[in-house]
Amino acid sequence: MLEIKALNLEVDGRPVLKDLNLTIEAGESHVLLGPNGSGKTSLLLGILGFPKYKVTGGSIIFKGEDITHLSTAKRVKLGMGIAFQHPPVIRGIKLGEMVNLCKGDTSQQVTQETRTLAKKLHFSDEFLERDVNAGFSGGEIKRSEIMQLMAQDPDFVMLDEPDSGVDIENMELIGDMIGELLHRRIRPSKRTASGLIITHLATITDYVEVDWAHVMLNGMIACSGNPDRIISEVMKGGYEKCVRECQETMDRI
Amino acid sequence: MRKGMSGDNGPDIGKYTLKAEKHNAKDLPGIEDKYKQDFLDVGYDPQGAERSGSFLQVDHSVLCSKAMQEGVEIMSTTDALEKYSWLSDYWWHAVAPEKDIYTQQVDRKQTQGYFLRTLPGVKTTYPLQSCLFIGQEGLSQNVHNIIIAEEGSELHIITGCSVAEKVQSALHLGVSEFYVKKNAKITFTMIHNWAPEVEVRPRSGIIVEENGVFIGNYVCLDPVKDLQMYPVTYCGKNARATSQSIIYASKDSKIDIGSKMVLSGENSRAEIISRTVAADHADVTARGILSGSAPNVKAHLECIGLMLSDTARIYSVPELEATVKDAELSHEAAVGRISEEEIAYLTARGLSEEEAAGAIVRGFLNVDIKGLPPALGAQVRRMIRMSAEALE
Ligand SMILES: Nc1ncnc2c1ncn2[C@@H]1O[C@H](COP(=O)(O)OP(=O)(O)OP(=O)(O)O)[C@@H](O)[C@H]1O
Ligand SMILES: [Mg+2]
Repeated sequence: MLEIKALNLEVDGRPVLKDLNLTIEAGESHVLLGPNGSGKTSLLLGILGFPKYKVTGGSIIFKGEDITHLSTAKRVKLGMGIAFQHPPVIRGIKLGEMVNLCKGDTSQQVTQETRTLAKKLHFSDEFLERDVNAGFSGGEIKRSEIMQLMAQDPDFVMLDEPDSGVDIENMELIGDMIGELLHRRIRPSKRTASGLIITHLATITDYVEVDWAHVMLNGMIACSGNPDRIISEVMKGGYEKCVRECQETMDRI
Repeated sequence: MRKGMSGDNGPDIGKYTLKAEKHNAKDLPGIEDKYKQDFLDVGYDPQGAERSGSFLQVDHSVLCSKAMQEGVEIMSTTDALEKYSWLSDYWWHAVAPEKDIYTQQVDRKQTQGYFLRTLPGVKTTYPLQSCLFIGQEGLSQNVHNIIIAEEGSELHIITGCSVAEKVQSALHLGVSEFYVKKNAKITFTMIHNWAPEVEVRPRSGIIVEENGVFIGNYVCLDPVKDLQMYPVTYCGKNARATSQSIIYASKDSKIDIGSKMVLSGENSRAEIISRTVAADHADVTARGILSGSAPNVKAHLECIGLMLSDTARIYSVPELEATVKDAELSHEAAVGRISEEEIAYLTARGLSEEEAAGAIVRGFLNVDIKGLPPALGAQVRRMIRMSAEALE
């Protein structure tokens, strides 16, 4: 599905990713852990091709196509989607209209289908009339981002901290929805959607089982492996210790 | 560069003719048929569906003036002056005839205009509609309008001004005097649809008495050669006034628009909201003055501009003036371009960059127009959206 080779990325002339390699197969879901400022969000936005995030080396292959220099719009057309950590407010565009846009429908009339989806995410019809992200609470932003993704239904789903600042009940809901987006409720051989989830406390993995975990340090993926092992090591001893142990194991092999 | 508000360098009145072909009532069906879409585009429905009354003036001829509700009066100001001797007390009372050369011209060479009035306690079930239309090349239409909401009444108006497709150049001068009596309310939504060579000089004064409410909305999304207007609202005790304008200035449009709120009544409130988009070679001046001269007044001005081109210009002039110690006046003015972050967000949802920019501009113009009856509010929003979608 996605293959990133020796990716170097700059933001505002400042290097944020260094020779980063990452491969995600179709049907796989990965989590990405790492300290604040290590470059996790930059990686997602780089994969998505946001203009501010400039590739200075390496390549990104998506569904067998080299997309390193493709526009965001084209990448999205190929089947990428993202739930943002800090989405901007869009004045004058209602959430309901935005969900329509995600489905490629430019009408502003909220359809029954959109209402049903909103209900699934515990949003009222009135909420759909609000300007996108204007005054949304932290939890509402998470749910609204996931709702938009579900309307889009991409094959490759990126989620930037879907579990930060979310209460228990909403966490369960979000877990369910992500499970659906990532085809976790169907047999592995039948899954076609893939995911890359950024998380700090790995809370999401209590609700959605994942196949791989990676730890990012200073713009590099410093350690990858079995999610249970990596997450428990990070939770026990922190990122650096996990990475050290990881590298010792690698050395031994 | 244009100077001040006095109209120097403005339209040359002498260039336009006052002679208009006379249209008769029997021409109405044909005219309605011919200009149906033009009328609809500025909110005038020839069928008069869901309207409490209609007024239609084409060039200098009043072709329709009918009230559909008890206690609502609609006629030309010429007829009203004949009918009501007391009207002289309202004539040139909210606007001074000697204000500038345009008011002087309307005073000397008036060509009709409308008189709209609700009797005491009467509330319009549906809005009244009016349309001032220019169908003749090179015409100067000089209307004088009087709008009165008597005590405790409520008057909702949607009014459009437009020109026929074939008209290249014309001049529209319009004096409008509004009187909101005690405990009364007027909402006045004006939609302009001019042409690139039309010059426009409306002059309005609004007097809001104790506990009265005035809400003025102005929408202009099509190019115009030169438009300048500057309604002044005088707020009495406990009065509330709101002015909202939504402007999309394109091509070579030159627009100087603003609003002045005079808070001379104790405890009065006012708000000015303006949204301006400047594209192509447009030149827009967005003004706003809040003047507080009575105890406990409060007013806010929000003036936001969006620049779409390097050859356009937005000049934003917010002014606050207080002459009492407990006046509370504030303003917020900003001019900027379309945010890259917002574009990126929308492209991540599958829009192309152009589609994203279009959606953001539409959203910017999609101001929640407050204070209108719901059906009218929805209609105005629909109209704004449709015009915004047609913009390139
Ligand atoms: N748009 C930007 N402009 C300037 N600097 C940026 C931008 N985006 C990222 N950076 C910088 O790049 C570095 C990596 O940021 P990034 O947002 O990718 O970190 P992160 O791992 O997602 O952190 P967090 O866990 O706090 O969300 C940071 O130092 C950040 O300040
Ligand atoms: Mg981040």
